[in-house]
Amino acid sequence: MNAIQPGAAAPTEPHAIDRTAAASQWRLMWWNFRRHKLAMAGGIIVLLLYVVALVPDFLATTDPGKQNARAVFHPPQMIRLIETTEDGWRIRPHVQAMRLTRDRVTLAPTFTPDPSRKIYLGFFVEGYEYELLGLFTTSIHLFGPENPRESVFLFGADRLGRDVYSRMMKAAQTSLFIGLIGVFLSLVIGLILGGISGYYGGRTDFVIQRVIEFVLSLPTIPIWLALGAALPQGWPPERIYLCITIILSLVGWAQLARVVRGRFLSLRTEDFVTAARLDGASEKRIIFRHMLPSFASHIIASITLAIPAMILAETALSFLGLGLQPPVISWGVLLREAQNIRSIATAPWLFAPGGAVVVAVLALNFLGDGLRDAADPYQK
Amino acid sequence: MLAYIFRRLVWMVPSLVAVSFLAFFLIQLPPGDYVTTYVATLAASNEIVDQRTAQELRERFGLEQPFIVQYWKWITGILLRGDFGLSFEWQQPVSGLIWERMGLTLLLTSSTLAMTWAIALPIGVLSAVRQYSVVDYFFTFIAFLGLAIPGFLLALVLMYVAVVHFGQDVGGLFSEEYQTAPWSFDKFVDLLAHLWVPVVILAVNGTAGLVRVMRANMLDELHRPYVTTARAKGLSEIRLLIKYPVRLAINPLISTIGWMLPQLISGATIVAVVMSLPIAGPLLLQALLSQDMYLAGAFLLLMCTLTLVGMLLSDILLALVDPRIRYD
Repeated sequence: MNAIQPGAAAPTEPHAIDRTAAASQWRLMWWNFRRHKLAMAGGIIVLLLYVVALVPDFLATTDPGKQNARAVFHPPQMIRLIETTEDGWRIRPHVQAMRLTRDRVTLAPTFTPDPSRKIYLGFFVEGYEYELLGLFTTSIHLFGPENPRESVFLFGADRLGRDVYSRMMKAAQTSLFIGLIGVFLSLVIGLILGGISGYYGGRTDFVIQRVIEFVLSLPTIPIWLALGAALPQGWPPERIYLCITIILSLVGWAQLARVVRGRFLSLRTEDFVTAARLDGASEKRIIFRHMLPSFASHIIASITLAIPAMILAETALSFLGLGLQPPVISWGVLLREAQNIRSIATAPWLFAPGGAVVVAVLALNFLGDGLRDAADPYQK
Repeated sequence: MLAYIFRRLVWMVPSLVAVSFLAFFLIQLPPGDYVTTYVATLAASNEIVDQRTAQELRERFGLEQPFIVQYWKWITGILLRGDFGLSFEWQQPVSGLIWERMGLTLLLTSSTLAMTWAIALPIGVLSAVRQYSVVDYFFTFIAFLGLAIPGFLLALVLMYVAVVHFGQDVGGLFSEEYQTAPWSFDKFVDLLAHLWVPVVILAVNGTAGLVRVMRANMLDELHRPYVTTARAKGLSEIRLLIKYPVRLAINPLISTIGWMLPQLISGATIVAVVMSLPIAGPLLLQALLSQDMYLAGAFLLLMCTLTLVGMLLSDILLALVDPRIRYD
């Protein structure tokens, strides 16, 4: 039905039509996907976010765990690119240093800009030591104060004087990977159960369907809370992390299983599957060689749409104190700092991790939406 | 038709049994029990409880018996006597603590549902009729934004704005003077004055998804021949829309009531914690944290039952509204 084929310039050029006819399924999808501008933008942002998640320390400016009693609730500092001196102006990135003064009576700290002092920023500067990609130790950071003894607070500091920006970078790693791992686990359960359900049909299908419906009709947050509360407080953070991922996927698999089953059911009656069966192909071959490639794209789209749900769930759980525990930091753990109205009234920049959540979820949703539209290039 | 409804009702029985098992299993999961937590709390305030007293407490609460015996006692108590057990922490029957909160939970979720529909339907129709217009793009963007902002974050931002810029606290469901007052008309009015804030916050999340569904359904219907026929017969555009495609496009939406309810209850739980609303969520959280198992169990059971009943109602409603669906 769709007359305008993606990538094909004009129907008058015969080779353009040939290009569409000869292109592989994945290439057609790519052409389809490229048309979707928002999805492309979403894809680029997702890519950038996962780069951050891979090398958070490289992008951080201060050790995320470092407390600083002299920088409690330090306000954010804006990066200025141009410096004006008596000799004119030049390009030199810097931030204005802040001076801490205390109220004589209440001892409440206030930060005022100190015009005499500037903190110069540079690229590839020395900073705290960390392990890059888990391979080797280095202390080079993408950018930061030229003098390693000084510190900048791009997004301000929290109640212990820790740098919110650096903590957000580190938290991105936890939050984004928990989404990925959680979805992977759900996918394994969903593929197995959905596949069995859709392929065998009949009574097996009936039972699995009822189980899926049951799981889907449960309110997830209360269940998650109950499961989260069941984790012993004394466990090491790594084990808690693993368990939280499992908990998230215990509820998340049902949606994926439904998608898989639906695709399996509709594919089972397709001509090419019947043809393969008549050819005497084994069941394994039919599933993996003939059926799987044609719904892989749908699965990828569903996964992309499932990751943001996982991220939101982890954020909510950690925010309520039943998810990840410090010293592990995720966006949800950081948002706990913004839990009471008093601290956000003093330090509204504590909302910043929330902004990161929104950006990540939005980008993943756009990407997933575009992938879903592009997933079936032969339809329409 | 009646047979379908009957079968659907019969199906509720195993579902409810499963839910009750799940709820009881979940509250049994944490290592240790209430007595462990209780002893630890007392120890923190320098009161030492000896092993014998702890043992006596356990026996009194029946915490030593096997899982299935405890479950049986619990569920028969609920079904036969409406007795949800004793809240360890509050030292009073659970049934006295839950009903008002469950009632308010139901009120909050149903108002949110109504609000969501009232917003999403017109916007969905408008987006579909004016596809790819500025209006469509605007609402699509807002819809995605609504999907991406967690409810509790929205609640926090709203509370921040209210406190910092208007000097007002928007948390809670009642003004101070009505908090412990018995129910009266004035208290109800006060409730309505507070209720709209969480309703709007929760609706933002739900509306977004619903607008997308409604828009897609409408787009499917708008190009059908019957629309052209009606137009050719000279029906005004508004009448035509409301009389035919909208009615058809709403059908799939009815089935979303069932799916939305679990999400709403989930969302309301966290938003309620942030805004300290006196509904089920915050007390459930507190009960879970202090291992007050019967209280947590009652909430889990009732919240899950609520969503199961919602699912049942939406299935029956769909069967009543859409004669094309065959049940055999």
